[in-house]
Amino acid sequence: MSERSIDVDLTRSSSGQVVKERIYKWLLFACAALTVFVTVAIIYTLARDAITFFDLVPAAEFFTETEWFVRGDGGNFGVWPLVSATLIITVVSAMVAVPTGVAAAVYLSEYATDRMRSVLKPALEILAGIPTVVYGYLALVYLTPALQAIGIPVGTFNLLSASIMVGIMIIPMVSSLSEDAMSSVPDSLRQAGYGMGATKYEVSTGIVIPAAISGIFSSFILALSRAIGETMIVVMAAGLRPRMFNFSNPLNNLLSSGQPMTAGMVNAVTSDATGGSATYLSMFALGLTLFVITFAMNLASDFVAARYQEEYQ
Amino acid sequence: MTRDQMTDPDSRTDNQATDGGRESLANNDLEGSDPTTDPLVDSSIDVDKSAAPSGSESRTVIESRDLDVFYDDVQALQSVDIDIPAEQVTAIIGPSGCGKSTFLRCINRMNDLVDAARVDGELLFEGKNVYDDDVDPVVLRRKIGMVFQAPNPFPKSIYDNVTYGLDVQGVDGDYDEIVEDALRRAALWDEVKDQLDSSGLDLSGGQQQRLCIARAIAPDPDVILMDEPASALDPVATSKIEDLIEDLAEEYTVVIVTHNMQQAARISDKTAVFLTGGELVEFDDTDKIFENPEHDRVEDYITGKFG
Repeated sequence: MSERSIDVDLTRSSSGQVVKERIYKWLLFACAALTVFVTVAIIYTLARDAITFFDLVPAAEFFTETEWFVRGDGGNFGVWPLVSATLIITVVSAMVAVPTGVAAAVYLSEYATDRMRSVLKPALEILAGIPTVVYGYLALVYLTPALQAIGIPVGTFNLLSASIMVGIMIIPMVSSLSEDAMSSVPDSLRQAGYGMGATKYEVSTGIVIPAAISGIFSSFILALSRAIGETMIVVMAAGLRPRMFNFSNPLNNLLSSGQPMTAGMVNAVTSDATGGSATYLSMFALGLTLFVITFAMNLASDFVAARYQEEYQ
Repeated sequence: MTRDQMTDPDSRTDNQATDGGRESLANNDLEGSDPTTDPLVDSSIDVDKSAAPSGSESRTVIESRDLDVFYDDVQALQSVDIDIPAEQVTAIIGPSGCGKSTFLRCINRMNDLVDAARVDGELLFEGKNVYDDDVDPVVLRRKIGMVFQAPNPFPKSIYDNVTYGLDVQGVDGDYDEIVEDALRRAALWDEVKDQLDSSGLDLSGGQQQRLCIARAIAPDPDVILMDEPASALDPVATSKIEDLIEDLAEEYTVVIVTHNMQQAARISDKTAVFLTGGELVEFDDTDKIFENPEHDRVEDYITGKFG
């Protein structure tokens, strides 16, 4: 058989294949587009109902006044008591989760043997999978009495207990993402450190953490966004009484109950306020405020990650 | 006998194994007991002894006695005996997988970082076995600096790269002066003196490697180990590094692993030839190794017939 006689068919074998390919493409696109659509729809409805709320309650009152109380369909809607409770919870939970999470990540990435890691990592991930209502229950039923038992004068509902529990909840997030960042630091840098006569601790803190700092920072911000939006723990353990931050005695704020923004929204939706009333609509104004805060934090996270990105060799 | 070996099917596996990693070492492990290769192992010890007097004008800094290294069950070094003289350049050459890097990493116990590695025998630094229980590898590594195959500066400024060793070792002194001195000795000062605060990663590959050399010499170690320091560099950068190594040998004991035989011939005073299976086959003055090696296997390797 001569080479010329080989008949090459380069035309499409069946038009059905082309149609199928096109269907696959559009199906996949639809799934990707759905998430974008849902996000846009959420923002739209939040904004629309928030605008209705601001027709009933002046935006100036909402953003400047320091008293939030709800009575039936009306009340006084100054958002700062709720924002201050949210900030307390965020800061205190960060104080719990950031050092613990980073330390756990350093251990997992630098110190743990393979066997130890194979036990600890799944255990941490289980912690991340526990429903938050369970954390809320633990905070209310065990952590608060434990704090009282060691002499901290907390009330039955208090921000301290809720904050600590939120912090515990976000530890796995900090440690798991930070560990990923540290593990991706090239081994050649560690070798260089050990070759210079550095101890394991000096290599971990002086070389690995600085080289992984952008990933570690991102993990903080993602975890804190989670803490800001956490609802169930604070509803169960922090109480439902909005209280403005008392600047004259800052620590006292931790010991008493408070109502963060998420809890305020739960309160609005579970109260007997009628639909369309200011109380009911306050939920959307709070939701929008919350969304703006977490969105800003995510942007900050992207910025930090890009800013401190180290190109390793 | 060695000519027989070249046609011997066993020695052909020997050839193939030169490219391999641990598996090939396992093959050669079996061959170690092959009677045809045994005389070579024995005579390598003879050479070692006969070489000792010729090198006696220089003090021995590092010596190994019957050093074996295993990665799990695979033997990477077999009964290595060597005396490395002070303030000279000792080159270690050999085909891939012959254990030359393994030997280098035994000297400053970098093999401790590999869980699977196990070391038997003695490795003496200034007469002290570094594998004794009371030896702290961190302290050992402060006396023995290391430069790696690929440049690995820290993602820090040039200045902080050079002072890293000073910081962790708690060295006192004028850091500005030490940094300038180390960078000068690494032949990098003129190129970077105006950008000491910029990242070490912004330098070219050859500059990065000289920065790594400056980093290694800044705390003033006794010995500098180099693991194929020029293999990732272009010819110009390579020749700069080679000049630098010759200069360093005026003050430091330099042990360099290289797979480039011309490089070993150019820069070293002594050459050790490891062949597959992790045997030190011959160790002698570099001129002797390259002009008139005692072993046919070494000659075959150097002339490119093998490996």
